[in-house]
Amino acid sequence: MKMHIRKFVAATLVGLGVTGAAFADAESQEPIKLTLHDWSGQLLTTTIMGKVLAEAGYNVEYVQADYIAQFAGLKSGDLHVAMEIWETTGREAMDEATATGNVVNMGETGMKAIEEWWYPSYMEEVCPGLPDWKALNDCSREFSTPETGSMGRYLGGPVTWGGFDEERIEALEMDFEVVHAGTDAALFAELESAYQRKAPIVLWIYSPHWAPTKYEGSFVKFPAYTTECYEDPSWGGNPSLAYDCGKPTGPIWKVAWAGLEETWPGAAKAVEAFTISNEDMGAMVGEVDLNGKSVDEVSDAWLAANKDTWSAWIAD
Amino acid sequence: MKRLQHLLPGRSGWFWLTLFFITWALSHYSWDLYKALDARWIIKYPSAYLFKAESLISHFMQWLVEDATFGIFTFRELTRFIAALIEFPYVFMRDLLIDGFSVGLGNQAVEIAPSLSWIAVIVTLTAIAHYARDWKLAALVGGCFLYLAVFGQWQSAMVTLASVLIAVPIGSLGGLLLGILAYRVPLFETLLRPILDLMQTVPVFAYLVPILFLFGFGPVAALVATVIYAMPPMVRVTIVALKGVPSEIRDVGVMVGCTRWQMMWKVIVPAAAPTLMVGVNQVIMLTLNMVIIASMIGAGGLGFDVLGALRRLDIGGGIEAGLAIVVMAIALDRLSQAFASRSVDTHPVNPDRNLIGRHPWFATVLLVAICTYLLGGQSAIVQTYPEAATVSTGTFWSGLMGYMNVHFFDTFEAVKTVFLTYLLLPIKNFFTGIPWVWGIVVMVLIGWRMGGIGLAMLTGTLTALIAMVGLWDKAMITVYLCGVSVLIASAIGIPMGILAAQNDKANRVIGSLIDTLQTLPSFVYLIPVVMLFRVGDFSAMIAVVLYALAPAVRYAAHGIRNIDQQLIEAGLVSGCTPRQVLWRIKLPMAIPELLLGLNQTIMLALSMLVITALVGTRDLGQEVYIALTKANSGQGIVAGFAIAFIAIIADRILSAAANRVRRNLGLER
Repeated sequence: MKMHIRKFVAATLVGLGVTGAAFADAESQEPIKLTLHDWSGQLLTTTIMGKVLAEAGYNVEYVQADYIAQFAGLKSGDLHVAMEIWETTGREAMDEATATGNVVNMGETGMKAIEEWWYPSYMEEVCPGLPDWKALNDCSREFSTPETGSMGRYLGGPVTWGGFDEERIEALEMDFEVVHAGTDAALFAELESAYQRKAPIVLWIYSPHWAPTKYEGSFVKFPAYTTECYEDPSWGGNPSLAYDCGKPTGPIWKVAWAGLEETWPGAAKAVEAFTISNEDMGAMVGEVDLNGKSVDEVSDAWLAANKDTWSAWIAD
Repeated sequence: MKRLQHLLPGRSGWFWLTLFFITWALSHYSWDLYKALDARWIIKYPSAYLFKAESLISHFMQWLVEDATFGIFTFRELTRFIAALIEFPYVFMRDLLIDGFSVGLGNQAVEIAPSLSWIAVIVTLTAIAHYARDWKLAALVGGCFLYLAVFGQWQSAMVTLASVLIAVPIGSLGGLLLGILAYRVPLFETLLRPILDLMQTVPVFAYLVPILFLFGFGPVAALVATVIYAMPPMVRVTIVALKGVPSEIRDVGVMVGCTRWQMMWKVIVPAAAPTLMVGVNQVIMLTLNMVIIASMIGAGGLGFDVLGALRRLDIGGGIEAGLAIVVMAIALDRLSQAFASRSVDTHPVNPDRNLIGRHPWFATVLLVAICTYLLGGQSAIVQTYPEAATVSTGTFWSGLMGYMNVHFFDTFEAVKTVFLTYLLLPIKNFFTGIPWVWGIVVMVLIGWRMGGIGLAMLTGTLTALIAMVGLWDKAMITVYLCGVSVLIASAIGIPMGILAAQNDKANRVIGSLIDTLQTLPSFVYLIPVVMLFRVGDFSAMIAVVLYALAPAVRYAAHGIRNIDQQLIEAGLVSGCTPRQVLWRIKLPMAIPELLLGLNQTIMLALSMLVITALVGTRDLGQEVYIALTKANSGQGIVAGFAIAFIAIIADRILSAAANRVRRNLGLER
């Protein structure tokens, strides 16, 4: 009965346009801990989520945590919400964590991780026919270095990102060799260096990220990804090998500690409802990383412009 | 004829030459051998006989963090309790330095008192420096912290300072107590020694996941990891320091009838205090070394700024935050050194004066703190350094980097190619080709030759273990990368050390260069290095060389300086040229120190492996890093132990070698 009244009050308040502070009263006043990592996009999603939750009357705390190591904290309930787990880089750790039952998947963020081979636009003069992958292969010599001999050098992501690039090169019979960068900082350092010198480079780039905004260039067009391509060797141009196509695009997930639902039911709903588009995110990341604005400023601007969107997440 | 004999190797020379030649031949023809005999086990440890340490350790860890119990409470509750004990002073320190005291949690917290203002913090540190030595030191320390404010690093620097102020006392006190126990109970010392080796050489990433489970997420786990890494030198220094207390002092203690407690805490520990402070100094430096890794698991502060800036490729920002760590390290280092050498009569105080007169430093600090507290409410400038007055050199660094990149890349590329073709690749092929069986035999032989049967057993067993867990290939890549880097670091560092020992001006320049290189987080120069040299072994090698240079220089300088003056005079009297003095007297006499330097160079090179994994090497460091990203604690710990084993083997062999040389030179007492 008591809950009912509170819900009624909350609904009225929301109806009156006085968002917040109401329906969270019924729930725990312990702070909800959101994890922060070291890339701006994630800081933005987390800050937006945190501000929305705070608006709804929840007590919010941000905790600095490593992207993968955070699962230890999510499992034990030391941390509560992680806003960006990329299908492409965090899948294994996420599966391992959700399998224990202590971590739950809170659905997609609405952002799609695109990752593919990418080249700066000045390469189009050297290799006419880009972005087709065959044109890239025809001028693979342009990308060769002393270490790779006559093969072209393709700078792949860290080994841990997977991506099947060695297999792709084999299946499409490309004259390239994969060199793995250890971190994405190293990856973009090389891009920056090559871009300054207008030197040939083809590398793994992902989006949403500031790099596709800052540097002019395009993703290489491979035969489009399908599940059969990865699983069935007979599919595609190469009848005997799988992976003869591009990379899949994957969603970016939200995950939370399993106790979130119980302790802060309203907050769990809000986290589940959270969505944002690639375009919005790309623009915001650009504002922060390229125009030097603060995460606070940019997230506030988004909140002000999209009041209807986020009010729906916490309306009950 | 005589001359020819001189050129021919002696008996031990033949031993090494033969060993090297056989190894080379086996390494070169291992593949052909495998094909000819159809015996794949020659190049690859048979997977059927793999020792499944990974899953064993994973299971043990799972048991430890989830089920281990002491009856009334579980192991995890115990560690959580410890975490709470550490968290309390840490939170207090953070509130005091930067966050301000508040009641409530999260965004509902209400501030009840502000933190110390930046002026008060600087005055406090300056006063401590003046108390420890003189105005010169006070100016240095004050200047360093003023730098942090002016360059806009204050906020992060205080977060880092707070964790240093917690980690250092825990590390020092813990180290002291363990050291005392080891000093009293010889058996404990024997048991402790290998554990200390492991604490120092197993990369932190390897046990990060279990630590997060046990100590919870956030700054406390980072503090625990920091303490584990920074404590071992304190234990070692304590043991040496206590053993070094002259027996006369002890005798006096016995004569005046001290109890055991009094004997330890009133006689021996105070007598050993100056040496103990050297250990504290080490703890401070290692704590600051951990800043970057600690920030990855939630310590925040300057380390986080470095990481964040470099992910945005904001090289200037990364360098500024990195230099802030250096500046802080220099201030704290000099401060602790001053305390190490402080004597009672540094600042004689007249006991007849009033309370304020007797405690001028404390009084000043208190006065400034109260004044800034009162003024802070009215004027924001007093509380926080105004952002408008901060200076940034960010664009300068990025511009410089761009200029170098555009104009000199081809030159760098040419140099790199030469190094790769004539040094790195041949050495890599040599090491990776060695069949694992022969590798074990070689290590046994070397151990036996240098230190007898005991050492042979140790080196053989550890090498065999590495092969048995299936990490032979990665271990060989590790040995190659470290080997090349150590070679180059020694080739650069030893001459620098010799120069520093003989020339005061050079000493000052080289000294500050080395200090900077050791405390500047390697990540700061790793990214520019990648921009100029691309991802690969060469970039990794440069980073390792830069980091591992310091001990090569320091020990070489120390070794040359410490040579008995009489020996040098004897040389001069018998008509040696300066060149002959150096080559015939100084260098041979300094060999034991040079070997110790080599030992430390290897240790530092190995500890860099985890960092170089970030630029894409394929060695054990990468294995640890992959394990971390997959949250596989077993894999991480096994790879971490493999690194530690390599370190221990190198350490034991070089120590044995140093002892032999010392005996041969007649330096042993």
